[in-house]
Amino acid sequence: MATLHTKNAARAMMAPAVIVLLIWMIVPLAMTLYFSTLNYTLYNPFSTPFVGFENYSYFLNDPTFLAALANTLVLVLGVLAITVGGGILIALLLDQDFYGVNIVRLLVIAPFFVMPTVAALVWKNMMMNPVYGVIGQFLQALGIAPIDWMTDVPLLSIVIIVAWQWLPFATLILLTALQSLSMDQKEAAEMDGAGALSIFWYITLPHMSRAITVVILIQTIFLLSIYAEILVTTQGGPGSQSTNITYLVAQQATSYGDIGAASAGGIVAVILANIVAIFLVRLIGKNLDA
Amino acid sequence: MGQIHLEKVRKAFGDVVIIPELDLQIEDGEFVVFVGPSGCGKSTLLRLIAGLEDVTGGKIVIDGKDATELPPAKRGLAMVFQSYALYPHMSVRKNIAFPLKMAGMDKAEIDKRVDYAAKTLNLDNYIDRRPAQLSGGQRQRVAIGRAIVREPEAFLFDEPLSNLDAALRVGMRLEISELHQRLKTTMVYVTHDQVEAMTMADKIVVLRAGNIEQVGSPLELYTAPRNTFVAGFIGSPKMNLIGGAEAGKFNAATMGIRPEHVRLSTSEGAWKGTVKVSEHLGSDTFLHVESPVHDEPLTVRAGGEFPVHSGDVVYLTPEPDKVHRFDANGLAIR
Repeated sequence: MATLHTKNAARAMMAPAVIVLLIWMIVPLAMTLYFSTLNYTLYNPFSTPFVGFENYSYFLNDPTFLAALANTLVLVLGVLAITVGGGILIALLLDQDFYGVNIVRLLVIAPFFVMPTVAALVWKNMMMNPVYGVIGQFLQALGIAPIDWMTDVPLLSIVIIVAWQWLPFATLILLTALQSLSMDQKEAAEMDGAGALSIFWYITLPHMSRAITVVILIQTIFLLSIYAEILVTTQGGPGSQSTNITYLVAQQATSYGDIGAASAGGIVAVILANIVAIFLVRLIGKNLDA
Repeated sequence: MGQIHLEKVRKAFGDVVIIPELDLQIEDGEFVVFVGPSGCGKSTLLRLIAGLEDVTGGKIVIDGKDATELPPAKRGLAMVFQSYALYPHMSVRKNIAFPLKMAGMDKAEIDKRVDYAAKTLNLDNYIDRRPAQLSGGQRQRVAIGRAIVREPEAFLFDEPLSNLDAALRVGMRLEISELHQRLKTTMVYVTHDQVEAMTMADKIVVLRAGNIEQVGSPLELYTAPRNTFVAGFIGSPKMNLIGGAEAGKFNAATMGIRPEHVRLSTSEGAWKGTVKVSEHLGSDTFLHVESPVHDEPLTVRAGGEFPVHSGDVVYLTPEPDKVHRFDANGLAIR
């Protein structure tokens, strides 16, 4: 019963949770905003004079910033393309009935359980190492000169590693969507004269559109903040060829000890992430409406 | 043309035989209803004709051509599914146009045919809606529309009315019958509802466990059921099937008498019984009567109001020329 009394009681009971949540989110954000206006370095943490927007202009005018922005976009878009495209194909395969399909499904999902740092180290040392990596050995067996992945194509290497990690997630979500497609619709389309490709294009793909939207939205959030994979493989290099915004922000603090610039960078990253979010929701969010 | 001949068609899933060898002729323009209890293989039979399942043995001949190996789309048949199977992300127009688009027909011709189908089925006002925004009956009509635009040789209906409420079902039953009158195209219709079968069919095929029990017009099945199964399945309420001594008086192992062919009296008659339940429908009264001649209650119809209540004593007399006689194997004695 929604009486005045129960409403007040409800407010009182919700208050602690709301207050904790507010503190949890507002305090770090406020501190970041505050630090971003100070000349605050780890070399002299006791003198932190107010400098206004100087940290922002320093961070935004850093030539690495634009490169990192471009790298971030390439990383996000590249991984999305591979995981959504590959996820659809693998989901289509796993939706078939074949002997041992349950074990294969389990194996396909396995990479998702490997920690990012571990996955990246395994890829760097066991797969992509030009001398003793599996890919290098394979290429050599074919008589092709091995590629020095981390040096020659650092960003592509990271895209591959991250895509490998996120492919299971995309596959899993898309597979469940695929399994909810009613057999009747496929049969009706078959009766209507649609071939396998037409059924995929006109029936299956539209049916999966909502799941694809979910995959893109969720992955984008996580892909914007890729850090561990870069740290343990290329460390953003060579030069800044594989530095993304997140890594650049962290670098300000860890390599240069500049808390002020790192905070400013953090705020810039938040703003950029919001721009991407608005853009995405406008572009594909309508798929989520029932 | 819409002739479908099944020759020695067999279907088995692994070791489980759904349809042992079966022969059936469906002639051009006929409205054929497959009827039978659930699990009798009637839907499987329809799917075999449609090409959605492969036959294990035998031949399916459509219009004189062997269609056994043809893919569904090449058989010239259109199907209406129990779930309607509309494409949820397409408007009504796109749903109906889909088979034509797949056939590569040009845009103007598609529009013309879709508009015509929509008009015939009273869908013009909903043409730009999505299936989710339509009622059950409207969805049903869209599904039928999608079937008729192709101008198929024959229509296949797989229990199309079972998801509708009772009132709508009666209306759609009429609409489908009218559609058949107008198009004069062969229709094959699957249902478990013998009322639908009786009211719509030119020819009823009664199936049990994949076997054809009897083929015939609704009245043939009603007046001359070939065996006790058909006798019990066709007609509503069910025929009373009585064995033992009473049947012996008619020189039969089992005698059958329909509820509407029993004379009722409160004073005299062949069988004495007590009323267990009386169902008053206004136009008819159905009595369930317990009688020593049979261990299950007998169903009897009285026209109009028949003023008896639970516990009253009544006398029943079967009309002698309406008695069905069956031998020990359940086959009719003629």
